[in-house]
Amino acid sequence: MTHVVSSGIDLLATAVEDQAVTVTRVDWRPPMPGTAADLATVATDPLRAAANQQALAAFLGVTARLVDVAPASEVLGLERGHFLHAGPPIGWDRASGPLRGGLMAAAAFEGLVDDPEDAAALFESGSFTLEPCHHHHAVGPMAGVVSPSMWMFVLADDTAGGRRTFCSLNEGLGKVLRYGAYDDTVLTRLRWMRDVLGPALQRAVRGTESVDVTGILTQMLQMGDEAHNRNRAGTLMLLRDLSPALVGSGVDTADLAQVFRFIGGNDHFFLNLAMPACKLALDAARDIPGSTMVVAMARNGTDFGIQVSGTGDDWFTGPAQVPEGLFLGDYGPEDANPDIGDSAITETAGIGGFAMATAPAIVRLVGGSVPDALAATRRMHEICLGENPRWSIPVLEFQGVPSGIDVTRVCRTTILPQINTGMAGRVAGTGQVGAGLVTPPAEVFPAALARLAELSRQRAATTPS
Amino acid sequence: MTTTSHTHVELRPGAYADSVTLLQVSRQVQGLAGVQAAQVAMATALNLDVLTEMGFQVPGEATANDLVVAVRLDGEEHLADVLDGVAQALVDAARVPSGAGGAGDAVAPPRTTGAALRREPDSMALVSVPGDLAVLEAMDAVEAGRDVMVFSDNMPVEQEVALKRAAAGTGSLVMGPDCGTAVVGGIGLGFANVVEPGPVGIVAASGTGTQQLLALLAHAGVGVFSALGVGGRDLSSAVGGASTREALRRLDEDPSVELIVLLSKPPAPEVAAAIRSYADTLATPVTIALLGPDAPDITASAEAVLTRLGVAVPEWPVHGAAHPAAVGRWLRGLFVGGTLCDEAMLIASRRLGPLRSNIPLAPDQALPSSLTADAHTFVDFGDDALTVGRAHPMIDPTLRLDHLARAAADPQTAVILLDVVLGHGADDDPAASLAPALEPIRTPVIVSLVGTAGDPQGLDRQARALAAAGAEVHLSNASATRRAVELVPTYHGER
Repeated sequence: MTHVVSSGIDLLATAVEDQAVTVTRVDWRPPMPGTAADLATVATDPLRAAANQQALAAFLGVTARLVDVAPASEVLGLERGHFLHAGPPIGWDRASGPLRGGLMAAAAFEGLVDDPEDAAALFESGSFTLEPCHHHHAVGPMAGVVSPSMWMFVLADDTAGGRRTFCSLNEGLGKVLRYGAYDDTVLTRLRWMRDVLGPALQRAVRGTESVDVTGILTQMLQMGDEAHNRNRAGTLMLLRDLSPALVGSGVDTADLAQVFRFIGGNDHFFLNLAMPACKLALDAARDIPGSTMVVAMARNGTDFGIQVSGTGDDWFTGPAQVPEGLFLGDYGPEDANPDIGDSAITETAGIGGFAMATAPAIVRLVGGSVPDALAATRRMHEICLGENPRWSIPVLEFQGVPSGIDVTRVCRTTILPQINTGMAGRVAGTGQVGAGLVTPPAEVFPAALARLAELSRQRAATTPS
Repeated sequence: MTTTSHTHVELRPGAYADSVTLLQVSRQVQGLAGVQAAQVAMATALNLDVLTEMGFQVPGEATANDLVVAVRLDGEEHLADVLDGVAQALVDAARVPSGAGGAGDAVAPPRTTGAALRREPDSMALVSVPGDLAVLEAMDAVEAGRDVMVFSDNMPVEQEVALKRAAAGTGSLVMGPDCGTAVVGGIGLGFANVVEPGPVGIVAASGTGTQQLLALLAHAGVGVFSALGVGGRDLSSAVGGASTREALRRLDEDPSVELIVLLSKPPAPEVAAAIRSYADTLATPVTIALLGPDAPDITASAEAVLTRLGVAVPEWPVHGAAHPAAVGRWLRGLFVGGTLCDEAMLIASRRLGPLRSNIPLAPDQALPSSLTADAHTFVDFGDDALTVGRAHPMIDPTLRLDHLARAAADPQTAVILLDVVLGHGADDDPAASLAPALEPIRTPVIVSLVGTAGDPQGLDRQARALAAAGAEVHLSNASATRRAVELVPTYHGER
């Protein structure tokens, strides 16, 4: 015996060390309050270990390819007056400023009202349908509003099942719909994206081999992107892959120049491919009885919700937190809306805040330091089931990113997932006010654990031992 | 000097340190200027009792996850300094003594056994966290396919069953729960004596029973390379001997093991039959040494092992001589080792009739929570119920010393019987606190001193110090008990 891992009484560890054996001491602390019994039930669930292995393997086995670009009305079957939004389900009555702003912009964009301000009363009266993106295999950054005329990236898994995921096209930074802005510049840009950008991308994608989005993620993680708040390398690689087909698409050259300028000028363009790629992989891990792996983290600006493989479509929600970080101009914390967007799907998949160590260029943007970034990624390994060998971090000796957030490990360690995020203004119409770091509300994990434990007890009661 | 004092009690939710660390912290704080009494402890039910007994009022909302800092001072003016002292003591206690990397890019320590095993995949795990949470750490090891010793007690039996079922699937050996002692590949884990490698392999459901066996075999010059604990309930019908079977298999595969000794409390009959027939399939001979009313004591089992190996049985050493018995009626057994206490009760009850104990031989012989009775009494201070949120008495002698003083002051006490267990993990110098406590006692005191010549405390030095304080010191717990029984006046004639 050459090595002992000791948790608990330090004196026992010292007694082993006194015999010239190396000891790794676990920095053990009590779990989240009230979770001990549920943790024991889930830890001894005979399905858990194999279920988690299966979930992690399914997640890691997915290669996401960009196969099409098309309007939401076609690929999602969205009808007039039907809107998708980020996060867990919510009605207009509880919707935050930026979500309301995004919905108002989308209503005007769809021609349902002339003035976005007029849309509020219609939403209030229940004239429109609201549903989470996640319920339609879609994800949306920030407000995540999707309406029928918006063009969507379509991603497919080339290994199995024909599953698809969807995400709208990224509008850029500043005053944009997803941050809750709805003035004329926002609507003008959305119309151009509908009339020029979407069709051009569709021609390009249909005219070339599908783009390996998972492969680009592999490369961009080694080029300083963490694929949530920094997507610069990924955006350029996408342009590289699509350029020949774009140029050969027959699109008017003046329009084409605008398309290149727009994508090249928007460092976040690739985010809207990273997100559905993450969702596609995580969806493969859904619905495995006994699995404690988190398959979605999403926020609607009011609630933060998670979904877990072993608990089906249930959402476990708590109040969304206000991020800590840096503010644009003279905005301050009081201007920021609580956390919003489906983009935490990137962290759920082990990138974004989980891969902070690979993106030192942006640690200051989110108010941190390089050692903080290294420590953050290492800390996330404590709450994950495994590593992703395809997505590795050079500065950590090419260790794979932490993958498969485990509800039990979160409850045991009290370490919460770290999420990199943009901050939307609290008031509808404001736009972006900053960027920073945020965590889920702690209570969503014990809530999910309690449900996992309940299901485990039900199985034990019906299975003869 | 006035007799005024100032009492301060505060809760620190979310702060945590293990019971041994907090014992050190409490001691350090007790030594500060102006402190009359101090206790820094997790607010477990047991510690709340202790605090209440010390005269502290702890807020009702305290839970076992809260740290309580309670101090009684000569005056309020000392409070700030003492709280600084508490903070410093907590920092001192938390300091990792060695191994952690230097400044700068220090990697934070792992937070779970699972995370630690990812970093050091060839390790075995040692788990001593609170018992209701031990299954989590142990399951990490089992899932990683590693062996684990679970020192923690108070693990619910259904968790033990599930843990061992999982271990059967991954080939892990689960030693425990409530496994106090193991020797794995020559390395002592938990409370373990320093022994030479040798031909005997032990599989044991008893920690201090193993230590007694190690001590006796070592005295006879016989070494042990592996002593695998399995936990006291392993041979119950619920658990079904899962770890015993795996441990036997491991020792049978080890070519250096010539004889396997299985040391166990009486197993459930169907489990006993299954284990016996499994043992018969092994190439290595197995001696089954049962602990129980109709079984030989551990010393007799050790002698049988020696005989089977062809080794001469030595005289078991005795140091000092007890004071002659003068007055009193009752034998008071004050033990830190559960199996040693059990063995002593079985021997004593044959001569003295029913005894009262917190680990009674029969349910109607249970002691009240005061741990005292007008009868022969035996207390196991290492029992689960007395160690919730508190360090084991082999580490923290306070509770037993307190009861020793009470027993000595009781005119009804005829003879006092104690065990002292040496080895890794145990008190650095048990005689340092015990000998001064024995010095003034006129009642005869018999001590079973369980240890080997290689133990860090120094077997000889401990024996001499205790003998010099007036005790009669035996290496064999059975001999010590017989001697104590002889000295009880009522034993002669009345029964």
